[in-house]
Amino acid sequence: MAKVLVVTSGKGGVGKTTTSAALGAALAKTGQKVVLVDFDVGLRNLDLVMGAERRVVFDLINVIQGDANLAQALIKDKRIDTLSLLPASQTRDKDALTPEGVAKVIDELRKKFDWVICDSPAGIERGAQMAMHHADMAVIVTNPEVSSVRDSDRIIGMLDSTTEKAKSGKKIDKHLLLTRYDPQRAARGDMLATDDVLEILSIPLLGIIPESPDVLKASNVGAPVTIAEPESPPARAYAEAARRLLGEKVEVTIPTERKGLFDWLFKRRVS
Amino acid sequence: MTFLSNLFKRRSSAPVARDRLQILLAHERISVGDGKDDLLAQLHREIMEVIKRHVAVDQDKVQIKLDRGAHCSMLEIDVEVPGLSDKADNKAKNAASGKPATGGKTKPA
Repeated sequence: MAKVLVVTSGKGGVGKTTTSAALGAALAKTGQKVVLVDFDVGLRNLDLVMGAERRVVFDLINVIQGDANLAQALIKDKRIDTLSLLPASQTRDKDALTPEGVAKVIDELRKKFDWVICDSPAGIERGAQMAMHHADMAVIVTNPEVSSVRDSDRIIGMLDSTTEKAKSGKKIDKHLLLTRYDPQRAARGDMLATDDVLEILSIPLLGIIPESPDVLKASNVGAPVTIAEPESPPARAYAEAARRLLGEKVEVTIPTERKGLFDWLFKRRVS
Repeated sequence: MTFLSNLFKRRSSAPVARDRLQILLAHERISVGDGKDDLLAQLHREIMEVIKRHVAVDQDKVQIKLDRGAHCSMLEIDVEVPGLSDKADNKAKNAASGKPATGGKTKPA
């Protein structure tokens, strides 16, 4: 049974697209058939983060309006063959996302894939509502910072009231993903700690992604961090989060840099 | 001594952030959620309706202040009512309507 998962946050710039790409790739690596759907009509970026920007021919809006079929619009990843991307339109208006059209596309994707990951735009308007409407599960991406936590709270309220599941009286499965986390600053009391955020938002924790330069490096070269730097701390955190999504019981830890003997010797000589 | 105590008592900001969020969200969850009308806006509207039923009120001379606290919130509506007494000029504030502070008590956080 396919799962539709929305990656959302309310606030922009907290790591929704990074998370969609990294979690999607991590799930696909385990053999699951995954499609990433970009809902950010007008400001698409998932194609760029996935390194597929030059392969976009048709997009979500083309499929909704019947200009192309799904098979023509889906872009297969060249690194992992169980991973695909359905890009958003860069030129069209958000109003082109009709509820019926989106429902039809999601239904078709459910038949072809194990996971349909919807990358939500920032904000609480049409694009974000369409992205979350059909979701069975939600990953709420939050930074340990006041404005992000406030917006996440608002989005959680929307997930519980406006989605299809909520309207049929069922609960949507919500998970918190804390990103750009700095354990040292949290320990010093200069950053909201994991427990603070969990207490305020009161939804279960999917994982903690440490702040890391590897995330930017990966997007520079157009690869999810779980493919570009699979041994880096954020990639290991994303891989563990993916295993939790698959139902495995994995204790939540904050991965740190693995330093081999060679790194250690080299570093000493340089400094 | 002060130097030392300052060194050890360095205030961390995260607890402040947590407390501010807890107070704010306790309010937002009851007022914003589910497309319900904002409770305080509704209170304000209805209180104004009652006042208008008895005296003419200039919309520009109404001041509304709101202080959201951890345990209760204070909604203060300050209405300037002109000419209730015969000889008073328009500027005179009537004592009775001076400060009808309405404590809109909401759920404790």
